[in-house]
Parts: sequence; C-alpha cells; structure tokens
Amino acid sequence: MTATLTCSGVVKIRSGARVLDGISLSVAEGARVALLGHNGAGKSTLIKAILGLTRLDGGEIAICGHAPGTGPARAAVAYLPEAVAFQGALTGREVLRMLAALSGEGRAETGALLERVGLSKAADRRIATYSKGMRQRLGLAQVLLGRPQLALLDEPTSGLDPVSRHDLYRIIDDLAAHGTAVLIASHALTEVEARTDRIAILRDGRLVADDTLPALARAAGLPIVMRVRADARENADRIAAATGGARVNGTSVEIRCPAEDKMQALHHLSGLGPAVADIDITPPGLEDLYCHYSGDHI
Amino acid sequence: MSAPTRIRAIARAEALVLRRNRWLFVATGIMVVFAVALSLAGSAPTGTLGVDKLTVSVASMTTLAVYLIPLLALLISFDAVAGERDRGALGLILSYPASRAEILLGKAVAHVAALAVACVVGFGVAGGIAVALGGAGPESLMALARLMATSVLLGAAFVALGYLISALAGSSAAAAGLSAALWLVFVVLFDLALLAAVVMDGDGAFTRMAFPWVMTANPADAFRLWNIAGTETVAIAAGMTGAADSLPRWAAPLSLALWPVLGFWLARAAFRRVEP
Repeated sequence: MTATLTCSGVVKIRSGARVLDGISLSVAEGARVALLGHNGAGKSTLIKAILGLTRLDGGEIAICGHAPGTGPARAAVAYLPEAVAFQGALTGREVLRMLAALSGEGRAETGALLERVGLSKAADRRIATYSKGMRQRLGLAQVLLGRPQLALLDEPTSGLDPVSRHDLYRIIDDLAAHGTAVLIASHALTEVEARTDRIAILRDGRLVADDTLPALARAAGLPIVMRVRADARENADRIAAATGGARVNGTSVEIRCPAEDKMQALHHLSGLGPAVADIDITPPGLEDLYCHYSGDHI
Repeated sequence: MSAPTRIRAIARAEALVLRRNRWLFVATGIMVVFAVALSLAGSAPTGTLGVDKLTVSVASMTTLAVYLIPLLALLISFDAVAGERDRGALGLILSYPASRAEILLGKAVAHVAALAVACVVGFGVAGGIAVALGGAGPESLMALARLMATSVLLGAAFVALGYLISALAGSSAAAAGLSAALWLVFVVLFDLALLAAVVMDGDGAFTRMAFPWVMTANPADAFRLWNIAGTETVAIAAGMTGAADSLPRWAAPLSLALWPVLGFWLARAAFRRVEP
C-alpha cells in the first residue's frame, strides 16, 4: 500500500521550544489513525504543518508526494478544525456551495452531501440557528467534498451527543473504506479505541507510540487482568493461594499477569475444576496504554 | 478550477452576508440621510457665488465623503481576516485550493461593490434633489459623476487598509481599535499636523514646495483635491482654489488610484504571515 501522508523528522520550533521534535509518521491509503496526546502535546501544530499553514524548521512532509500547501496537496486534503464556526448569516447550503466552488466541485454534489450528514432539513436555515452538533455535521460535509485522499479531523466529536458521534464515525469509516487516509486528533479515547486502525501518541512534541492497539499493549508489557469468581468463599481463598491472585469482594479473585502468561494461568485455573465458577479477562485498554505512554515515567 | 471561479464564490458569499446582516441597507441609508441633509443645508451661498445648486451640493457632499466613506470602508473590512480567525474558519478556508490573494480579492469585490451601491444611491438621491430644487449644468453633473467614482476609489483604498489591519491584529477587537486609530490619523490628525506645520513654517520652503505633495499623499486629501480641482465652480464653492492650483492635475488622481493597489499589496503581504 502507498502512504498518502508521510512525515519524516518534522521539527517545529516556537519561541525556542521544540513543539514538534522529529516526528516521523505515515498514514496509508484507507487507514484510520488516531493522534493522541495531552493539550499542548503538538497535535494541532502537526495538523497545521500538514496543511502547510505553518513553516517547518526541519524535516519533510509529503501528501501524495506533494509538499504541504501546494495546489495538488491542498486539493488532496480535507480538514475539519476543532469547533469551527461558519458565518452565521449564511445557510448550510450556501456555505457548502461556496466551499464546493473553492475545491473545484460542482454544486450538484452539495445536496447529496447535506443529506448524507443528516442536514437536508436544516440546509436552508441560517447557521446561527444550528446546534453544535449540526455545525459539526456541516463541517464533516465539507470534508467529504471532492473525495479527499487525506482527511485531517481535529477533535471531531468534542461536544457531540452519542447519536451524532455514532453518525460521524459511520461516515469516517465510509470515507476510509473508499481509500481516504484519515488522521483523527482526539481526546475521546474509548471512541478512538474502537474506531481506528492505529494509534499514534504525541508527548511534548515527540511521537512516543505509533502502532496498533494490541502491539502497543504488548510493547508496553501491561498486565492483563483476570477476574475469577469462585463457587464458594473458601474456594476463593484456595484459588488466590494457588494462582498468586488477590482476593477481592466476597468470592472473587483478581489475577494480574503479563499477556504471554495468560494461557498458562488459564490452564492452571481449569485444573481447579468446579471451584472456578466464572472468568472475565480484560486486556489493557487504551486508557491504560495512554497513561503508560504519555505519562511522566518514561 | 480557475482563480476567477474561486474569487467569485467568495465574493458571492460575502455579498450575501452583507445583505443578510443588513449592512448594505444601513450603509446606504446613512449615505442617503447625510448626503440629503448636507446638500439641503448647504443651499445658502448659491446666489452669491453664481453657481447652480448641484455644484454647491457636490462641494458639501465631498466634505461629507472624506469623513464618512473611510469610516464605512473600515467598518466593513476590519473583520475580514481577524474575524475568520476568531471563528476558527480561517484554517478551514486556507486548506482549500484558494490562494490568500484570491480570498482577499473575493472579499474586496463584495465589500467595494457594497460601498459603491451606498455611494451611488446616497449621492444620487441627494444630487437628484439638488437638481430638482435648483437645476444643474453639464459641468455640475460631471462633478457629481466624478464624486461617485472617486468615492468608490476612496472606499477601495480604506477597504484594503482595513484588510491590512485585520491581518496584523491578533483579534477582532484589536482590529476594531486599530481601525478607529487609522481613521483618526488619516482623516483628522494628518490634516491637523499639516496645518500646524504650515502655520509654523509661514511662507517657507515647506509650505511652498512640500506641503501640497504631502497632502496629496493622503488618500482622503487626494480625494478632496481631485473633486475640487476637477471643477472650477466646485473649487469656488468650497473656497479651495489655492491649494488645488499648486499641483499638477495628475497628482491627486494618481494618489487615489495607487492607494487601493498599495493597500491591497500590503494587506496580502501581512495576510501571508498569518498563521491561523
């Protein structure tokens, strides 16, 4: 697969501080990559650099082989800024038509796009009357204009209700399925966990993680958690003693072990026979991983 | 898609905004009210100067336009860049294949067109009333047409300066404050400073050689000079024959024609440095 976006060794210095410090990241055609990090970690700066809105102090960025900010690069990229507010005096349809003309698309497409993001009823109302979710839907409609090769979404779901979020991710999945490379900067870890193919974590301008969720979990060596319920209180004590787990409320035992020792632990448990009533296994979640990678201990 | 298409798309959206938020309606109303009031109030000296009513009216409206048109132009333009940035829409629009010059040009087309409507309607109504009350000749009709055309140029100059301020200012509020300062400098303080210099210099070298040129360098004064020097009778009505005579005829028109271009060029340079 060809990479739609390639960043290599990107450096941006702002008033003496390296806000981007040697970022190398690539997003392939049709891939959905989540870009995570604290406020001020450099997510928005990286997105602006990819858009060519800020000059680099080192490294290179290529969008389908073009430098950021050039005509072909701009034509290939779609961008949804965080909390965008369009001219309130215009209607959704008018704004979308203007943007369609800027991107070189005909106005024919705009009606279908408004329908696709669920705005067809509000299309001829002024944007000043729109709710936050409707404005974000309009923002998403302009991302879809002209089938971009790369979509950069900055906090696309902030402040949205669950239904709008679900719709938004459905459309993002659809975009990716048609070959658009999607980069989502986000704080909403649980959404991103389920909806992206790869996770990149920025910390103080450096890329500290860039892989799939299971691979990151393996590399981090975070334990998986098994919660075992015993059929009786005295058996719980026996299980805890046999597995080295910790007794928790009543008849349960919590066992933490590295991912590679999971099967061994299960064999052990099955050897205990009917004393084990139930087992829940929780792999490390994105939240744990995020804390691990973006925390201060590394 | 071509640059004219993109410029047109931006201009159309901006024009819609001006109509929706009643800016066009209010600005035209202000122009009509002030122009009519001034040209009716300035009716006294007609007989004594031996010029027709429209000539007097044009002289009064020229004085009005020097103050009002830069003000309207700055009001319409100061938010062009800073406002988009405050809303978070600037980054979005800059991610499209439209250059920054195209974005400014699109806005300028709509903004200058709106000012043109306000000027032509305002001066047209007032001029029409003057003609109905006291008649007009070919020369005074020509003066009215010149007033309308030069008003649009003056407006374009200050629209461009408004964009420059908008690109330089960090926020909408700062841009508004800077616009007020710019208006004060160009329209009021510049003339006061020149007056003070002339008074101190008496009939010295500055007064005779530099003063007319320095005055013409200000678009607001160039506008006044062009309209007054253009028609002898208007100059008589305005009592400004002396100043108008000491310069070549092309000086004021050149200044007024250059300012929109220079202002736009500066605005584009400032806009290029803006990081949304």
